[in-house]
Amino acid sequence: MKVRVKFEKYGAARFLGHLDTMRYFQKAVRRAKIPIAFSSGFRPHMIMSFAAPLGLGISSSGEYFDMELSGEMSSQDMVRRFNETMAEGFRVVSARRVPEGKKYNAMALTAAASYQVRFLEKDGPTAEDLAAFCAQPVILVEKKTKSGVKTVDIKPGIYELEAGQGEPLECSMLLAASSADHVGPKMVMEAFAAHLEREIPPHSYRIHKREVYARGGEGGASRFVPLEVAGGEIG
Amino acid sequence: MRELALKDEILLRIEKPSRYTGNEVNSVMKDPGSVDIRFAMCFPDVYEIGMSHLGMQILYHMFNSREDTWCERVFSPWTDLDKIMRQEKIPLFALESQDEVKIFDFLGITIQYEMCYTNILQILDLSQIPIYAKDRGEEHPLVIGGGPCVLNPEPLAPFFDLFYIGEGEVSYPVFLDTYAAMKREGRSREEFLEAAALIPGIYVPAFYDAGYGPDGFLASFVPNRKNVPDRVVRQALTDFGHAEYPKAPVVPNIKATQDRVTLEIQRGCIRGCRFCQAGMIYRPAREKDLGLLKEQARDMLESTGHEEISLSSLSSSDYSHLKELLEFLLEEYGDAGVNISLPSLRIDAFSLQVMGRVQDVKKSSLTFAPEAGSQRLRDVINKGLTEEVILEGARGAFQGGWDRVKLYFMLGLPTECGEDVRGIAHLAQKIAETYYEMPKEQRQGRVQVTVSTSFFVPKPFTPFQWAAMVSPQVYLERVGILREEMRAQVNHKSIRYNWHEADVAALEGFLARGDRRAAKVIARVYELGAMYDAWTEHFRQELWTQAFADTGVDIESYTLRERDTDELLPWDFIDAGVGREFLEKEWERAREGRITPNCRRSCSGCGAARYKGGVCVEGQGQV
Repeated sequence: MKVRVKFEKYGAARFLGHLDTMRYFQKAVRRAKIPIAFSSGFRPHMIMSFAAPLGLGISSSGEYFDMELSGEMSSQDMVRRFNETMAEGFRVVSARRVPEGKKYNAMALTAAASYQVRFLEKDGPTAEDLAAFCAQPVILVEKKTKSGVKTVDIKPGIYELEAGQGEPLECSMLLAASSADHVGPKMVMEAFAAHLEREIPPHSYRIHKREVYARGGEGGASRFVPLEVAGGEIG
Repeated sequence: MRELALKDEILLRIEKPSRYTGNEVNSVMKDPGSVDIRFAMCFPDVYEIGMSHLGMQILYHMFNSREDTWCERVFSPWTDLDKIMRQEKIPLFALESQDEVKIFDFLGITIQYEMCYTNILQILDLSQIPIYAKDRGEEHPLVIGGGPCVLNPEPLAPFFDLFYIGEGEVSYPVFLDTYAAMKREGRSREEFLEAAALIPGIYVPAFYDAGYGPDGFLASFVPNRKNVPDRVVRQALTDFGHAEYPKAPVVPNIKATQDRVTLEIQRGCIRGCRFCQAGMIYRPAREKDLGLLKEQARDMLESTGHEEISLSSLSSSDYSHLKELLEFLLEEYGDAGVNISLPSLRIDAFSLQVMGRVQDVKKSSLTFAPEAGSQRLRDVINKGLTEEVILEGARGAFQGGWDRVKLYFMLGLPTECGEDVRGIAHLAQKIAETYYEMPKEQRQGRVQVTVSTSFFVPKPFTPFQWAAMVSPQVYLERVGILREEMRAQVNHKSIRYNWHEADVAALEGFLARGDRRAAKVIARVYELGAMYDAWTEHFRQELWTQAFADTGVDIESYTLRERDTDELLPWDFIDAGVGREFLEKEWERAREGRITPNCRRSCSGCGAARYKGGVCVEGQGQV
């Protein structure tokens, strides 16, 4: 049975890199005594796969990994057991059964991610600055690729970008996050800084990842649905 | 949620920021307002190294099991953060509370190897605590050192308020009780130090004066105030067999060097190799109760989620219940994907069979530590390993499918001559031959024999504490002899040879047997910028050379000089349990090439029987 686990990462845990977060959950699975399946071979490893890595320093309420179970356990039980052994900065939100098959992996399904970017000081950019930035016909950035630096238009990958009310500036964004088309929040901030012709140092704002989305089904009500929606509760 | 000591801006600028954020599974959080004692426990190296250390985990959990104490961890900031902390004057902090170390009651530093001495000064400096104990006042933490290096604490004496000599489990309870009571009574730092000096195992260096004779050698070492004991007795746990152990060790955030559960199956060693300090200063050899080990293994695996368990001891094969323990672990955890790692195992039929079950034979190599190349020299160092046993082990290994063997040797051992050095090459050749003697269909191509030599460093409280080292030049000459002899071997293409640097070994030798005057060299070299000397990429010989020149200390009078047995040694004021007469007798036997039987075969009266534990009371048996 394939199970998708959704978890939050915040506080000090923001500084744990992707590999260490994977290590963290491998140990958490053992502590929580989740009946996980192992690969065969002399050194069996847990069958577990993570969705896209989260940048260092970013908090998230929508991190995901999939795991294969070798036995039965209810969703409620799994969430409770996980949370009994979590360190501060990690919390498991849900554990749901999802369809088998590689194309239904958390990583393969990921199409978009939503973020909130919150500036810490009042003298930062304003909502008007952001509106002007969004109004550009194209938003060009330089992307480093294997074959050198190339200029790309990231505007099509910015599905939503709007300012909240009040100061300092707080903006929410929905960005493309598939393997074919990926726009990161830091990339947007760099383009924003270039547009304003001013420095926006990375520590002048905090990024929070809200959710990761898959494409909604044909004719569905919404274009994107959270990754966990694909799964059902295990009773 | 805790406030981190470092701002995001800094954490995002440095390598591996989670070295500094604490917050690990099983780390202990307390309310600072509800404890009397705040203890910062430090391993003066980077997080990944320090978090691999067993002793620190034991004391961390022991201290935190006291309601009146909160023990937190401190490690050396890596060079990137070190620079930022100096520039921005950020004081060093403890991982759990993220509070500044300088507000703690104690800064305890475990000292595991000589090349971390400059990092100790880094820790004090970054903590904004004066590096010399004499410059500290009531507002500063008491700085206490422990670990194997403090069996000769003298090179570090001026930097510490106190040292704890021996195993922490014994006297720390009364030490902390005394401190808590005196703190409540509002007693001064001086009054506490006077009281502490009376606790067994505690050494307060400021209460002793060292005098030097006209020859420049230590002439006297005496207490400078009443009531202070003349000698400090090393503490050893009598009932190690049933000793408490951390049920829930802290799980490192980032991959530590030893990312696994460590199960201490025995303390001390029965073997009595004459170069080995651990084999002397952890006497008597004591075994842990098998039932308790099973319980501890289960507790620790469940509470950490580690996927590997490692048995820790100086010589695992000597543990009487090894077979039962391994069978239990294999049965209980073999199928749950838990790896079992078995360091310090003697290679024989039993261990090969076990290793074949727990390791991927094709991917692993087997390690032998003959330490010396000839039987004569192996007898000098009392290494009870014969060529027949080594070759038999190798044959068994090759038949079992292994085709990689590692051999460890030391160069520069007392009485070593060219024949002993060349003997290393001959032994490697014989091992390679053993492989090629097998029928072709049993072989898988070429065998790989890797020979490594390190430089012998004489240590206090070993029979070689009086021995002279050879100079780095002579050492390198011997490396040359060995390389040449290696090339002359029939199967030289199957043999690889690595050797260690000689300069570091000379410094280790200096620091291991130095007296109080060595402290000024350490202070000077730190001032010149030395730090992380244990890391090849950071070690800078030229700074040490400069520091010796600036302080006028002659390193060779410490390293190259053989001491007379009637000379007063800097560590003679410590009663390590292993007596001086025993060591002298062993030094003599070494030079006669006579071996001394292990503790189980017969008691050689070393003095450790005073601790009334382990092999000393269980008496002799087989082995």
